Amino acid sequence: MVTRADVCAAAIADCFAGDGEILANPIGTLPVLGARLARELYEPRLVITDGEAMLAADTPPLGAAPDVVEGWNPYRRMFDLVWGGRRHVMMGASQLDRYGNQNLAAIGDDHARPKTQLIGFRGAPGNTINNPTSYWVPRHGPRVFVERVDVVCGIGYDRAAALGPVAARFHDLRAVVTDLAVLDFAPPEGRMRLRSVHPGVTVADVVAATGFELVIEDVAETRTPTEAELAALDRLDPDDLRAREVPA
Amino acid sequence: MSGKVRTADDVVGELADGMTVGIGGWGARRKPMALVRAICRSNLRDLTVVAYGGPDVGLLCAAGKVREVVFAFVSLDAIPLEPYFRRARESGAVAAREMDEGMMLLGLQAAAWRVPFLPTRVGLGSDLPRLDPALRTVRSPYPDGEELIAVPALSLDAAIVHVNLADAGGNARICGPDPYFDDLFLEAAARRYVSCERIVPTAELAAAGPVQELRVNRLMVDGVVAAPRGAHPTSCAPDYPPDEAYLKTYAARAKEPDGWRTFAEETW
Repeated sequence: MVTRADVCAAAIADCFAGDGEILANPIGTLPVLGARLARELYEPRLVITDGEAMLAADTPPLGAAPDVVEGWNPYRRMFDLVWGGRRHVMMGASQLDRYGNQNLAAIGDDHARPKTQLIGFRGAPGNTINNPTSYWVPRHGPRVFVERVDVVCGIGYDRAAALGPVAARFHDLRAVVTDLAVLDFAPPEGRMRLRSVHPGVTVADVVAATGFELVIEDVAETRTPTEAELAALDRLDPDDLRAREVPA
Repeated sequence: MSGKVRTADDVVGELADGMTVGIGGWGARRKPMALVRAICRSNLRDLTVVAYGGPDVGLLCAAGKVREVVFAFVSLDAIPLEPYFRRARESGAVAAREMDEGMMLLGLQAAAWRVPFLPTRVGLGSDLPRLDPALRTVRSPYPDGEELIAVPALSLDAAIVHVNLADAGGNARICGPDPYFDDLFLEAAARRYVSCERIVPTAELAAAGPVQELRVNRLMVDGVVAAPRGAHPTSCAPDYPPDEAYLKTYAARAKEPDGWRTFAEETW
């Protein structure tokens, strides 16, 4: 049986399709699984890490060490890749707005005393202005998809446009994959657009779970994984960790 | 006290109230926890702490040692949010100077190289300039005329890091796969302290692995502390992994008043 998590994994893999020889840097269980699926089946030149300082020559299952290490990429080297642009990151988001501005830092308006202290800016400012960035949201809801994010960590299309074409020439938000849908950003303003809803999800469900107005044109149904993909998912995630992130 | 060899309490005695202290490691990895605990037990206060933060930052905040944290994240890795840090921020007890991870690298590098800033695209368009009004931009003097963020030098009064092996002179080997930014923290600081699993003779240090692991040398170090399991409960690869069970208990105790105290008093 195909699960929602399987659909998400294939949708995430599609985000990395066509990337070629760059570092796929997914953060979170399903992003890691999706990127490995892409490398296993249709994007073999992708470079992936072991989650620490090594680049993996093979495509290991989640939680397993690679059999062969093909390179060394400690945290300090990661910034060389980010700033050089040879990387596509898929990050999480505590809040996202219609232009893709992302918050990971804090909830609330008082910086001296935030209502909720979150993890911090991490690498979001540097990621979004330097290399392709996508987002993964395991629980699509109005607390994540908000009219206005409290703190802008990763910059969206409106902020990038305000910087001008030179400063923002490497800004490239690609996709937002959630447990309900696949979204992207419609030119020219870069407003978030609903591309497809996962099987069993309606457009109305997504609209109700989103705190701002989406661009809704031709909405497809997200494709279900192929037999080859399902077999690869079972090999890459034998303990079904994906079901913990997106329950069936 | 002979040469550079110190106890953890000796190191704390060389620090002062109000100092800016950089802490090596990353999240729950290779944190100089023996030195952090010694600071927690001391009378030091009003520190500005600069770190890729983990339980080091949480414990120092809980112990009331911190005025401001300079950070891009504070996390226990497997437990994403550091509960003591979170409480300190949400109660308004400590100020925050937020950074991007790479920006912190540039600030430390600028301090190490003794230049006032390093330029980058990182931070443009984000809320970092809004939250840190001291942050300035600089215009390229070349024909492109690009406007960039000028990351100011992050000069440290002191730096503390933990490594696997060191000699008594301050040469040190980081045996794990990632040196993080430890050498940079040391080079950005006026007073530089390395704790280690073991102090060994220089010849033994040199023979213990590839030369590329000798990331720290005595030009960067003023004091060396022997602290076996000195990174616990964070990891010190390949000597030991993070103690996840301990970190879970540590996080759970954040709900109790003075819950942090047993973790600061414990010796390893």
